[in-house]
Amino acid sequence: MKNTSVLPDHLATLASGLLFGLGLAWSTMIRPESVLAFLSFSDLGLLLVLGAAVGVNLLVYQLLPRLRQRALLGGEFQQRPFTLNRESLLGGMLFGLGWGICGVCPGPALAGLGAGNTDLLIALAGIFAGAGLHGLWAGRQFKLGNTQ
Amino acid sequence: MIDQFFPNGLERYLTGGLLIGAGVALLYLTTGRPGGVSTFFSAAWSWLLKNPFFQQASLRDGRQWRLVYSLGLIFGGALYAMLGLPLEASTLPAWKLAVGGLLIGFGARLGGGCTSGHGICGMASLSAGSLAMVATFLGTAMVTAMLISRLAG
Repeated sequence: MKNTSVLPDHLATLASGLLFGLGLAWSTMIRPESVLAFLSFSDLGLLLVLGAAVGVNLLVYQLLPRLRQRALLGGEFQQRPFTLNRESLLGGMLFGLGWGICGVCPGPALAGLGAGNTDLLIALAGIFAGAGLHGLWAGRQFKLGNTQ
Repeated sequence: MIDQFFPNGLERYLTGGLLIGAGVALLYLTTGRPGGVSTFFSAAWSWLLKNPFFQQASLRDGRQWRLVYSLGLIFGGALYAMLGLPLEASTLPAWKLAVGGLLIGFGARLGGGCTSGHGICGMASLSAGSLAMVATFLGTAMVTAMLISRLAG
Protein backbone atom coordinates (compact mmCIF):
# COMPACT_ATOMS: atom_id res chain seq x y z
CA MET A 1 0.00 0.00 0.00
CA LYS A 2 2.88 2.29 0.79
CA ASN A 3 4.34 1.98 -2.72
CA THR A 4 1.13 2.19 -4.70
CA SER A 5 0.10 5.49 -3.15
CA VAL A 6 3.42 7.31 -3.45
CA LEU A 7 2.60 9.34 -6.55
CA PRO A 8 -0.79 10.72 -5.44
CA ASP A 9 0.74 11.41 -2.04
CA HIS A 10 3.61 13.38 -3.57
CA LEU A 11 1.28 15.29 -5.87
CA ALA A 12 -1.04 16.24 -3.00
CA THR A 13 1.93 17.24 -0.84
CA LEU A 14 3.45 19.30 -3.64
CA ALA A 15 0.14 21.06 -4.31
CA SER A 16 -0.25 21.81 -0.58
CA GLY A 17 3.22 23.32 -0.40
CA LEU A 18 2.56 25.29 -3.57
CA LEU A 19 -0.63 26.86 -2.19
CA PHE A 20 1.15 27.60 1.07
CA GLY A 21 4.08 29.25 -0.73
CA LEU A 22 1.77 31.23 -3.01
CA GLY A 23 -0.10 32.49 0.06
CA LEU A 24 3.12 33.50 1.81
CA ALA A 25 4.14 35.51 -1.24
CA TRP A 26 0.66 37.01 -1.69
CA SER A 27 0.54 38.15 1.92
CA THR A 28 4.03 39.77 1.56
CA MET A 29 5.32 37.57 4.40
CA ILE A 30 8.19 36.42 2.18
CA ARG A 31 9.61 39.93 2.55
CA PRO A 32 11.48 40.14 5.88
CA GLU A 33 10.73 43.87 6.10
CA SER A 34 6.96 43.13 6.18
CA VAL A 35 7.38 40.74 9.08
CA LEU A 36 9.63 43.18 10.95
CA ALA A 37 7.03 45.92 10.38
CA PHE A 38 4.50 43.71 12.14
CA LEU A 39 6.85 42.81 14.99
CA SER A 40 7.49 46.51 15.65
CA PHE A 41 3.74 47.32 15.38
CA SER A 42 3.84 49.50 12.28
CA ASP A 43 1.64 47.17 10.17
CA LEU A 44 -0.47 44.52 11.87
CA GLY A 45 -1.11 42.59 8.63
CA LEU A 46 0.55 39.42 9.92
CA LEU A 47 -2.25 39.06 12.47
CA LEU A 48 -4.75 38.84 9.61
CA VAL A 49 -2.59 36.33 7.76
CA LEU A 50 -2.24 34.11 10.82
CA GLY A 51 -5.89 34.61 11.76
CA ALA A 52 -7.17 33.58 8.33
CA ALA A 53 -4.83 30.57 8.10
CA VAL A 54 -5.69 29.39 11.63
CA GLY A 55 -9.40 30.07 11.10
CA VAL A 56 -9.58 27.77 8.05
CA ASN A 57 -7.63 25.03 9.80
CA LEU A 58 -9.50 25.28 13.06
CA LEU A 59 -12.55 24.09 11.12
CA VAL A 60 -10.61 21.46 9.21
CA TYR A 61 -8.64 20.05 12.15
CA GLN A 62 -11.65 19.97 14.46
CA LEU A 63 -14.28 18.69 12.04
CA LEU A 64 -12.48 16.39 9.63
CA PRO A 65 -11.45 13.64 12.10
CA ARG A 66 -15.08 13.53 13.28
CA LEU A 67 -16.45 13.21 9.76
CA ARG A 68 -13.94 10.73 8.36
CA GLN A 69 -11.91 7.84 9.75
CA ARG A 70 -8.96 8.48 7.49
CA ALA A 71 -7.53 11.11 5.19
CA LEU A 72 -8.50 10.96 1.47
CA LEU A 73 -5.38 9.01 0.48
CA GLY A 74 -5.82 6.52 3.30
CA GLY A 75 -3.44 7.90 5.94
CA GLU A 76 -4.37 8.46 9.55
CA PHE A 77 -5.00 11.92 10.90
CA GLN A 78 -1.79 12.55 12.82
CA GLN A 79 -1.25 14.54 15.96
CA ARG A 80 1.80 16.76 16.30
CA PRO A 81 4.18 15.22 18.83
CA PHE A 82 4.92 17.96 21.36
CA THR A 83 5.45 18.40 25.08
CA LEU A 84 5.82 21.81 26.62
CA ASN A 85 8.76 22.03 29.02
CA ARG A 86 11.63 24.30 29.96
CA GLU A 87 13.65 23.22 26.92
CA SER A 88 10.92 23.86 24.41
CA LEU A 89 10.25 27.28 25.95
CA LEU A 90 13.95 28.09 25.61
CA GLY A 91 13.68 26.97 21.98
CA GLY A 92 10.72 29.31 21.50
CA MET A 93 12.73 32.21 22.90
CA LEU A 94 15.72 31.49 20.63
CA PHE A 95 13.37 31.20 17.68
CA GLY A 96 11.77 34.53 18.60
CA LEU A 97 15.16 36.17 18.96
CA GLY A 98 16.16 35.03 15.48
CA TRP A 99 12.76 35.95 14.01
CA GLY A 100 13.02 39.43 15.53
CA ILE A 101 16.51 39.91 14.08
CA CYS A 102 15.80 38.85 10.49
CA GLY A 103 12.01 38.66 10.01
CA VAL A 104 12.37 35.27 8.33
CA CYS A 105 10.95 31.92 9.38
CA PRO A 106 11.31 28.55 7.62
CA GLY A 107 8.25 28.70 5.30
CA PRO A 108 8.81 32.24 4.01
CA ALA A 109 12.53 31.53 3.56
CA LEU A 110 11.65 28.76 1.07
CA ALA A 111 8.84 30.64 -0.68
CA GLY A 112 10.87 33.86 -0.84
CA LEU A 113 13.74 32.01 -2.46
CA GLY A 114 11.29 30.69 -5.04
CA ALA A 115 10.11 34.24 -5.72
CA GLY A 116 13.69 35.20 -6.54
CA ASN A 117 15.19 36.60 -3.34
CA THR A 118 18.48 34.70 -3.42
CA ASP A 119 19.72 36.48 -0.26
CA LEU A 120 17.43 34.08 1.56
CA LEU A 121 19.89 31.28 0.75
CA ILE A 122 21.94 32.77 3.60
CA ALA A 123 18.98 32.44 5.97
CA LEU A 124 18.25 28.91 4.72
CA ALA A 125 21.88 27.91 5.25
CA GLY A 126 21.62 29.35 8.77
CA ILE A 127 18.40 27.44 9.51
CA PHE A 128 19.89 24.21 8.16
CA ALA A 129 23.05 24.70 10.23
CA GLY A 130 21.01 25.57 13.33
CA ALA A 131 18.87 22.43 12.96
CA GLY A 132 22.08 20.41 12.49
CA LEU A 133 23.66 21.85 15.64
CA HIS A 134 20.47 21.12 17.55
CA GLY A 135 20.53 17.49 16.38
CA LEU A 136 24.17 17.01 17.32
CA TRP A 137 23.56 18.56 20.72
CA ALA A 138 20.29 16.72 21.36
CA GLY A 139 21.79 13.54 19.89
CA ARG A 140 24.20 13.22 22.82
CA GLN A 141 21.30 13.06 25.26
CA PHE A 142 19.36 10.88 22.85
CA LYS A 143 22.17 8.30 22.70
CA LEU A 144 22.57 8.21 26.47
CA GLY A 145 18.81 7.84 26.89
CA ASN A 146 18.72 4.96 24.40
CA THR A 147 21.47 2.84 25.91
CA GLN A 148 19.98 2.88 29.38
CA MET B 1 -8.04 53.73 12.57
CA ILE B 2 -7.71 50.92 10.04
CA ASP B 3 -5.22 53.00 8.07
CA GLN B 4 -3.11 53.51 11.14
CA PHE B 5 -2.65 49.82 11.89
CA PHE B 6 -2.93 48.55 8.32
CA PRO B 7 -1.21 51.13 6.08
CA ASN B 8 -1.15 48.59 3.23
CA GLY B 9 -4.79 47.61 3.48
CA LEU B 10 -6.32 44.31 4.54
CA GLU B 11 -6.94 42.47 1.32
CA ARG B 12 -3.53 41.02 0.49
CA TYR B 13 -3.17 39.75 4.05
CA LEU B 14 -6.55 38.07 4.14
CA THR B 15 -6.19 36.56 0.66
CA GLY B 16 -2.66 35.35 1.43
CA GLY B 17 -3.75 33.94 4.79
CA LEU B 18 -6.62 32.03 3.17
CA LEU B 19 -4.24 30.57 0.56
CA ILE B 20 -1.80 29.52 3.29
CA GLY B 21 -4.68 28.01 5.24
CA ALA B 22 -5.90 26.18 2.12
CA GLY B 23 -2.44 24.65 1.59
CA VAL B 24 -2.16 23.39 5.17
CA ALA B 25 -5.78 22.17 5.05
CA LEU B 26 -5.21 20.31 1.75
CA LEU B 27 -2.24 18.46 3.23
CA TYR B 28 -4.29 17.39 6.24
CA LEU B 29 -7.32 16.44 4.16
CA THR B 30 -5.36 14.33 1.67
CA THR B 31 -2.60 12.83 3.80
CA GLY B 32 -3.57 13.43 7.45
CA ARG B 33 -0.26 15.22 8.11
CA PRO B 34 0.10 18.46 10.04
CA GLY B 35 2.07 20.75 7.73
CA GLY B 36 4.86 22.15 9.86
CA VAL B 37 7.85 23.30 7.83
CA SER B 38 10.82 23.36 10.20
CA THR B 39 11.16 19.58 10.79
CA PHE B 40 12.41 19.27 7.20
CA PHE B 41 15.64 21.00 8.23
CA SER B 42 16.34 18.24 10.79
CA ALA B 43 15.04 15.41 8.62
CA ALA B 44 17.28 16.45 5.70
CA TRP B 45 20.35 15.79 7.85
CA SER B 46 19.38 12.10 7.92
CA TRP B 47 20.64 11.89 4.32
CA LEU B 48 24.04 13.24 5.36
CA LEU B 49 24.80 12.06 8.90
CA LYS B 50 24.57 8.58 10.41
CA ASN B 51 24.25 9.97 13.92
CA PRO B 52 21.38 8.18 15.76
CA PHE B 53 19.47 11.39 16.40
CA PHE B 54 19.06 12.10 12.69
CA GLN B 55 18.40 8.44 11.92
CA GLN B 56 15.43 8.17 14.32
CA ALA B 57 12.30 6.93 12.57
CA SER B 58 10.30 10.13 13.05
CA LEU B 59 12.86 12.09 11.01
CA ARG B 60 13.87 9.43 8.46
CA ASP B 61 10.35 8.33 7.61
CA GLY B 62 9.17 11.87 6.98
CA ARG B 63 12.11 13.19 5.02
CA GLN B 64 10.73 12.40 1.59
CA TRP B 65 7.33 14.04 1.93
CA ARG B 66 8.95 16.97 3.73
CA LEU B 67 11.32 17.47 0.82
CA VAL B 68 8.38 17.45 -1.62
CA TYR B 69 6.46 19.87 0.61
CA SER B 70 9.48 22.22 0.78
CA LEU B 71 9.83 22.10 -3.01
CA GLY B 72 6.14 22.99 -3.21
CA LEU B 73 6.76 26.06 -1.04
CA ILE B 74 9.59 27.15 -3.34
CA PHE B 75 7.41 26.58 -6.43
CA GLY B 76 4.57 28.55 -4.81
CA GLY B 77 6.87 31.57 -4.44
CA ALA B 78 8.10 31.07 -8.01
CA LEU B 79 4.52 30.87 -9.32
CA TYR B 80 3.71 34.16 -7.61
CA ALA B 81 6.71 35.83 -9.27
CA MET B 82 5.85 34.30 -12.66
CA LEU B 83 2.31 35.66 -12.47
CA GLY B 84 3.86 39.12 -12.32
CA LEU B 85 2.15 40.01 -9.03
CA PRO B 86 3.52 42.94 -6.97
CA LEU B 87 6.86 42.11 -5.39
CA GLU B 88 9.02 44.53 -3.44
CA ALA B 89 12.75 44.02 -3.09
CA SER B 90 14.28 43.18 0.27
CA THR B 91 17.53 44.74 1.42
CA LEU B 92 18.26 43.05 4.71
CA PRO B 93 21.97 42.84 5.62
CA ALA B 94 23.51 39.39 5.22
CA TRP B 95 24.64 39.17 8.85
CA LYS B 96 21.06 39.49 10.08
CA LEU B 97 19.96 36.66 7.79
CA ALA B 98 22.88 34.47 8.88
CA VAL B 99 22.59 35.08 12.64
CA GLY B 100 18.80 35.10 12.57
CA GLY B 101 18.71 31.92 10.47
CA LEU B 102 20.99 30.04 12.84
CA LEU B 103 18.88 31.00 15.87
CA ILE B 104 15.66 30.14 14.06
CA GLY B 105 16.93 26.73 12.99
CA PHE B 106 18.21 25.80 16.43
CA GLY B 107 15.26 27.35 18.28
CA ALA B 108 12.54 25.86 16.08
CA ARG B 109 13.94 22.37 16.51
CA LEU B 110 14.48 22.72 20.26
CA GLY B 111 11.02 24.23 20.55
CA GLY B 112 9.35 21.47 18.53
CA GLY B 113 8.08 23.70 15.74
CA CYS B 114 7.88 27.08 14.07
CA THR B 115 5.25 29.53 12.92
CA SER B 116 3.54 26.89 10.75
CA GLY B 117 3.76 23.90 13.11
CA HIS B 118 2.82 25.65 16.34
CA GLY B 119 1.27 28.79 14.86
CA ILE B 120 -1.11 27.18 12.37
CA CYS B 121 -1.38 23.41 12.97
CA GLY B 122 -0.89 23.49 16.74
CA MET B 123 -3.36 26.32 17.27
CA ALA B 124 -5.85 24.67 14.89
CA SER B 125 -5.60 21.52 17.05
CA LEU B 126 -6.32 23.71 20.11
CA SER B 127 -3.03 22.60 21.69
CA ALA B 128 -2.34 24.59 24.87
CA GLY B 129 1.38 23.85 24.51
CA SER B 130 1.47 25.34 21.01
CA LEU B 131 -0.41 28.40 22.20
CA ALA B 132 2.21 28.91 24.93
CA MET B 133 4.97 28.49 22.33
CA VAL B 134 3.40 31.04 19.97
CA ALA B 135 3.07 33.54 22.83
CA THR B 136 6.72 32.89 23.74
CA PHE B 137 8.25 33.33 20.30
CA LEU B 138 5.94 36.15 19.25
CA GLY B 139 6.67 38.07 22.47
CA THR B 140 10.42 37.53 22.19
CA ALA B 141 10.40 38.52 18.51
CA MET B 142 8.47 41.73 19.20
CA VAL B 143 10.85 42.83 21.96
CA THR B 144 13.85 41.98 19.77
CA ALA B 145 12.54 43.75 16.67
CA MET B 146 11.60 46.87 18.65
CA LEU B 147 14.95 47.04 20.42
CA ILE B 148 16.79 46.72 17.11
CA SER B 149 14.69 49.39 15.41
CA ARG B 150 15.23 51.74 18.41
CA LEU B 151 18.98 51.18 18.40
CA ALA B 152 19.15 51.73 14.65
CA GLY B 153 17.29 55.00 15.29
